[in-house]
Formats: sequence, C-alpha cells, structure tokens
Amino acid sequence: MGVTTKILPPQGKDRALLARIEKEAGTSINLCYQCGKCSAGCPVGFAMDYTPRQVIRLLQLNLIDEALNAESIWICASCDTCSARCPRGVDIASLMDALRREALSQGKIKDKKVAEFNKAFLNGVRNFGRTFEAGLLLQHNLKTMQPFKDAGLGLPMMSRGKIRLLPVKIKGREQVKKIFARAEKMRGEEE
Amino acid sequence: MKLAYYPGCSSEGSAIEYDLSTKKTALLLETELEELEDWNCCGATSAHNTNKLLSLALPARNLAIAEQNGMDLILAPCAACYNRLHSTELIARKDEAVRERIKEVIDMDFSAHTSTVSVLEWLDSKVGVDKIKARVKNPLQGMKAACYYGCLLVRPVEHTGFDDPEDPQSMDRIVRALGAETVEWPFKVECCGAALATSRPDIGAKMVHSIISNARDAGAECLVTACPLCMLNLDMRQAGAEKAAGEKLNMPVYYVTELVALAGGASPDEVGIGKHFVEAKGYLGSLPARTAAMAAAAPKKAPKAAKAENEDEAAVGNEDAEALRKKIDAMIKAFNKGPDKMAARLIEDGERAAILADIITGDEKKIARLAELMITDKDKAGKAAEAFVTGELKRREKAGL
Repeated sequence: MGVTTKILPPQGKDRALLARIEKEAGTSINLCYQCGKCSAGCPVGFAMDYTPRQVIRLLQLNLIDEALNAESIWICASCDTCSARCPRGVDIASLMDALRREALSQGKIKDKKVAEFNKAFLNGVRNFGRTFEAGLLLQHNLKTMQPFKDAGLGLPMMSRGKIRLLPVKIKGREQVKKIFARAEKMRGEEE
Repeated sequence: MKLAYYPGCSSEGSAIEYDLSTKKTALLLETELEELEDWNCCGATSAHNTNKLLSLALPARNLAIAEQNGMDLILAPCAACYNRLHSTELIARKDEAVRERIKEVIDMDFSAHTSTVSVLEWLDSKVGVDKIKARVKNPLQGMKAACYYGCLLVRPVEHTGFDDPEDPQSMDRIVRALGAETVEWPFKVECCGAALATSRPDIGAKMVHSIISNARDAGAECLVTACPLCMLNLDMRQAGAEKAAGEKLNMPVYYVTELVALAGGASPDEVGIGKHFVEAKGYLGSLPARTAAMAAAAPKKAPKAAKAENEDEAAVGNEDAEALRKKIDAMIKAFNKGPDKMAARLIEDGERAAILADIITGDEKKIARLAELMITDKDKAGKAAEAFVTGELKRREKAGL
C-alpha cells in the first residue's frame, strides 16, 4: 500500500463548491463512468488540454482548481454533442457552462479571448438592447491586441451591405439595462 | 397562418439574406409574419457562458412581449435565437421557481406559454413539404446539396425535439421537395465552431474545413444551412479555412429559405444571393445545363455505369462525363495489359511496386479504383496504391510470411 496515492472525492469546502457547480449545471458528476463517448465525439477535443471526460475526472478526484484552470472549458463551443450522447445522462455541456461561470467569478480565466468576446458581446446588448456586430468585432479585436485580425473582411462586409456602422437602439434600452443589473445582483446574492 | 417574427440581431447585418429570403418564403407560403415589437437580443452563448439567470431573462422579455400582444407562435429563423427562446419557454414552464425569478428580473408578466419554432419546423411541420412542392415554379434539378443542421437546431434534444439529433431529415425533405438531390453525409450535425471562428480562429478554421471537405467527399456541390452563424463561418470564413488547410474548397452555401424562395420563382438577387462571400450564383446558373447533360447521358447507360459517372462528375466538375468514362476505360485496359508497368508509374520503390502489381493482377475492383483516380487525381492514386501495398504487407506479416 505504501506507494499508492490515495485520491478521495471532494470533502468539506470543496464538496460545497462542487455541489453548487452541479446544482447550477443541473447534473451530477458521479453518474459518469468514464467511458469517453463525450470526448470521442467532441468537435473541439483536438484543441483541448483536458478532454471533457478528463474534466469530469478532475472533479471526481477533487482537483477542482485544475478543472477551473483548464483551457478546455473556454474552448468548449457549447455544441451539446457530449450531452446528447452521454449514456449516463450527464449534461456535460451544461457542466462546462457552469465551470466557465465559476471560473469567471473566481477570476480564473485561462482563455482571455473567449471571455473578452463574451464581455464585448454582452456590453453591446446592455447598451443598445441588440448586438452591434461591427462594434463587437472592433472592440474584441482591440481588447485582445489584434487590431488587424479580420481587417480584410470589413470592406467586403460593407460592400455587401452586411454591416451596420451604427448600432440599432431599441426603445426599451433602460429596461434591458435593469435586467442586466438585477440578474447580476441576484446571482451575487446566491453565492 | 400567422406567426410572430423574431428576426434576431444578425438579420440587420451579416444575415441580411436570411431575413430577405425568410420574408419571401413566408409570402410564397401564405404565412403572415408580424415582427415582435421592440425585441431585444437573446443573449446567445455569451449570456449563458456568463450568467444563467441573464441567459433566461433576455429571451423572456421577448416572450413576454409576444404574450402581451396575444401571439402564441413565434418564428425565430436564427438557430441560436430559436434555441435560447425555446429553451427559456420550456425551462420556465417546467420550473415555477425559475419563472418567478425571471419575472422579478424582467419586471413583466410572464407565463411561458408561447411556442418558438425554427425555420425547419415551420416549413416541415407547420406548412408541410406537400404545400412547398406545390409552389415550386423553378425546380432545383441537378443540385446536389448537403443539408447542414449544426448544433442548435437539434440539440439539446429535450429542448428541440422536432427532428432526430444524429441524423435529422427535415431540411433534407424540404430541399428534396424543391427538386434538388440531397447527399447522405456524416457531418450534418457537427459543430461549425460558432464564436470560436472569431475568438480562436486557429481552432475555428479547422472545424470549418472539416465540415466542408466532408460534404464535398460525400458528393455534395453545395451546402444548405438554417443558421446565420453557421453561414458566417462556412461562407465568410471559408477563405480562411482554405488558407489554413492549403486547399481550395469553393463550396457555395445557401440558406434553406433562399432555396425555397428561388424555387418558388424569386430571382437570386431578390433574396440576396449576390451578397454571399463564396460565389453562389454561378452554381445556380449551371443547374439547367447539368440537368440537360445528365438527361442526355442517362438512357444510354446501364444503371451501374451511370452511377460511376456521377461520382466522376463530382470529382472533376464540368468535364464531359462521356469522355471521362472513356478515359477511365482505357486506363483499366492499360492496367490489365501491363500491371507491372502501371504499378511502376504509381510507386517509385521497385520492391513495393512489384507487390502492387502482384495484388492488383486480376483484382477488378482495385484496378477500377486506381484507374479512376489516375484520371481524376494522380496524387490520390499514388496514395491509394501505397495504402494497398501497406495493407498487403501487414496481411503478410500477420500470416507469418
């Protein structure tokens, strides 16, 4: 027995954190028997540091920080293939979603580009009520220090009448701003 | 039929053709669309990546507006919008506590009794393919399409449920009703990469390339989609995917509504086909000529030969199928006459070439395959030959020879 390392399921504080993640995701990691079907069919598995199966294994082995720091949770495209195919009914995509939100609230963001994209996207919605595609691309590319990425697409988009230079603003903008504020406040109260 | 219309943010920009063609299709099929008043963004993936309650509240404001106006059925052409709106309806309907929290956030009455449908559900289940068929004026004969469903129209299963999640058929039925042929292919529900094409183009380009090349290998000459983000990735970002993969694809991509409107008599410009990034009008223009050529060639041939001809045609584009058949036949003769000579043309290494000559002698199937590839794609012929030899060597090794 001397050389084996004992790895136990999460206890105490970690157990509480994991329970919260599972509750938000509406799924249970203990259902997973590590068959790997989720990862075999994952269209972005090739680019991940931990496959979806491995992410669940990390959680099962109380390596929650490792999971929250995984690049995988930011590479996951939320395509839901894993959840649709899981023979044990684990909602892996929803778990990835919950992990992203948890990592975000803990300030652990492995892939800044994805997080910045989401931030830029939601900023547009918060301010105008709708997505402003041109502003979104510009803001995202500036924030991530790649101002010339997609520069070649700007003109063709314009010449095709596919990009608006000014955002559409809905009448209920104030209402939408309040929705953002209340949703953020209520989420904060839960934790 | 009257539906509330939720156009989605991309309808005002990158997916302007989807909006145009959906409206044309609705006119054609006598569906009245009434735009939802002062609708807001559904929040898409960014919202549920960030805050779950927000991801339910943003769609819910729109649903509540529909309820206020007495509209029960909502059409959301964008697959992401459809998914967010419909998921919110189902989650809020099932869970009263969640519904109450949503009401608190949006500060509106909300009963979650509406039903949001996708374009596919509207066309396939509400209108029906028989009615669509009856409205076809310009059948899309000669078109070989790969219907691409992507993720959000078929998953999560419990939130969509109008079609099979692994091998959906609704779009195939619609496209076939228009006179086109649809191919069977494995990547119809594979993910296009969604926002990764923007946030992580290194990953996105690979995903786009694998979908388009898979459709091409299955014999498709165009892709059909019902999602603005899929369109953006497959069409606008196709050039980037080509560059990353070092291979030209030139695969036109159409919205399913563009095809319905076209078959119903609209002109390509009316529905915005000229706005695509990958040139898409030329293929439509070539369809009548292809149909005529196919009709002229078909009766002369036995069914088996006609099938082989179709496959060749897909590989070389416009080259005359008759001439191609002759070339391949001549090549097969050459293989039968001098297998060792032909083997030497395919493989440099003398020893391996001898093995190839040995295994193809008398093997009609292998000869036909190599002959076809020699005409259509010499590189591939070389690779196939090498694979035959490697396979044979493994077999010999196993047998202990």
